[in-house]
Amino acid sequence: MIWNKDIECMSRDNMRKLQSERLRELVQRVYNNVFFYRKRMDEAGVKPSHIKSIDDIVKLPFMYKQDLRDNYPFGLFAVPMKEIVRVHASSGTTGKPTTVGYTRNDLKIWKEAVARCFTMSGIGVEDTIQVAYGYGLFTGGLGVHYGAEEVGASVIPISGGNTRRQLQLMTDYNVTALACTPSYALHLADAMAESGIDLDKLKLKKGFFGAEPWTENMRLELERKWGIQAYDIYGLSEVMGPGVSNDCMFHSGLHVNEDHFFPEIIDPVTKEPLPEGEEGELVFTTLTKEGIPMIRYNTRDLSMLNYEKCECGRTLVRMKKITGRSDDMLIIRGVNLFPSQIEHVLLELCETSAHYMLYVDRQNNLDTLELQVEMDETKLTDTIKDLQNLSKRIQHALNSAIGLSVKVTLVEPKSIPRSEGKAIRVVDRRK
Amino acid sequence: MTIRQLSIFMENKPGILNEMLAVLADNNINIASLTVADTDEYGIVRLLVSDPEMAQEKLREKQFTVRIHDVLSLEMDPQPGSMYKIMRQFAEAGISMEYVYAFSYGSKSIVVFRTNNREKAIEVIKENKFKSVTEEDLRY
Repeated sequence: MIWNKDIECMSRDNMRKLQSERLRELVQRVYNNVFFYRKRMDEAGVKPSHIKSIDDIVKLPFMYKQDLRDNYPFGLFAVPMKEIVRVHASSGTTGKPTTVGYTRNDLKIWKEAVARCFTMSGIGVEDTIQVAYGYGLFTGGLGVHYGAEEVGASVIPISGGNTRRQLQLMTDYNVTALACTPSYALHLADAMAESGIDLDKLKLKKGFFGAEPWTENMRLELERKWGIQAYDIYGLSEVMGPGVSNDCMFHSGLHVNEDHFFPEIIDPVTKEPLPEGEEGELVFTTLTKEGIPMIRYNTRDLSMLNYEKCECGRTLVRMKKITGRSDDMLIIRGVNLFPSQIEHVLLELCETSAHYMLYVDRQNNLDTLELQVEMDETKLTDTIKDLQNLSKRIQHALNSAIGLSVKVTLVEPKSIPRSEGKAIRVVDRRK
Repeated sequence: MTIRQLSIFMENKPGILNEMLAVLADNNINIASLTVADTDEYGIVRLLVSDPEMAQEKLREKQFTVRIHDVLSLEMDPQPGSMYKIMRQFAEAGISMEYVYAFSYGSKSIVVFRTNNREKAIEVIKENKFKSVTEEDLRY
């Protein structure tokens, strides 16, 4: 089954025509409506009239997450607030969240993008889908939710957490598809094995996993543990949310919904476009988005593109499963985290030194964070209580700044190794 | 009435206490009392020594995290019930103890403590004419 055959199986020539048309319209629109783009394009000496086809996209400047922060909260919106019908946000580096807004039409496109992904994963009207992505400001829950309704599946909007209830409803409601982060899916699988629920009693057939990078091995492990087919859904709030791309049953790359989200691969160092089949930074331009259009947004995710027609019949370009990142951003339980955010919180609290080490681990398939931070001698008292309160204050400040719970361990001053070059702040022990 | 106590922050790792003891031994500093308040990851070592200032200096040289705090210290009669007699007065005055430890040094029985209300505790000590311990009493 293909949700939108006209688009998903369109000839490459026609796709390029469609993209060219949409790019021209987009560039004209943002140049007229968004000060940021007008200024950037003027500085680069590019006028909307210079953009004639999709090939001219290389003339446009790149943008980064920092641009969203600099224009917090609504500086990059291209429509008046009255046309915005939803806002999503992800945690930000300096306490300011990355904020995105959607018009009614954006939500329609998003819903269709996710519907295409579900269809690629073989999920449709017959399915009962348990959406265990977090609902709320995070795009995961609601993004997947509306796409699942669009394909006509029965949606269980359970959101994340509460493992026991997840397993109970999965069994009682005859759930056939599970949507959550791959690490949570592994955690649920192990919890189920422990609970003694018989796998044969479950109707689960498909997994729809994303919001964090995961390896091919992890996909196979999930398929084996659950006895399901596991699919990878990719997306990021800056571009739209989940539904930017998804793999089909042949699992040979993720089909990008390129009529809306135009992908490019660039050299991480020179920022020059790379030819098909070479690995580099994945860059997206949102060809149709109205609320907060993104032009050549550098995701810093590493991938490569393949324009060959897929065995499934789709001609949509395929991106390779994300293999890593070109910056130090971590993805913890689907939440983006930069080590600099930790530093910022510590400096603001000013109760410890700013020397820290972050240990990322996976226990029972859940990501855990431990922050080791050096004591400040002048803050040492003679009671344990004071130190414990200090740990709690740090924990609380981190939790409200980054939305993740962190175990805080105080260590002796000067015990964290100083490096001569770039400081090593993170030890990622996840496999 | 108040004496200086060293507080040393110490991670839980093998050999660390011994390193600290080596510093004190090498500098001929006598330990009158040593207690450890512990958690899973770290502890605070509380030390009464013959020369707090020198001990702090020497420990800092060896990268220890050390501070000096004033604590209250009283001498007790070496007989059953004497600690109760003292502590009762603080309890009745509504003062709570944050930590307490007791030890014998030479012929003396000594109790050391921190309360949640230092001024009030000193009043209680004065009113009851409890016998204070001075740093002189702890000299080697």
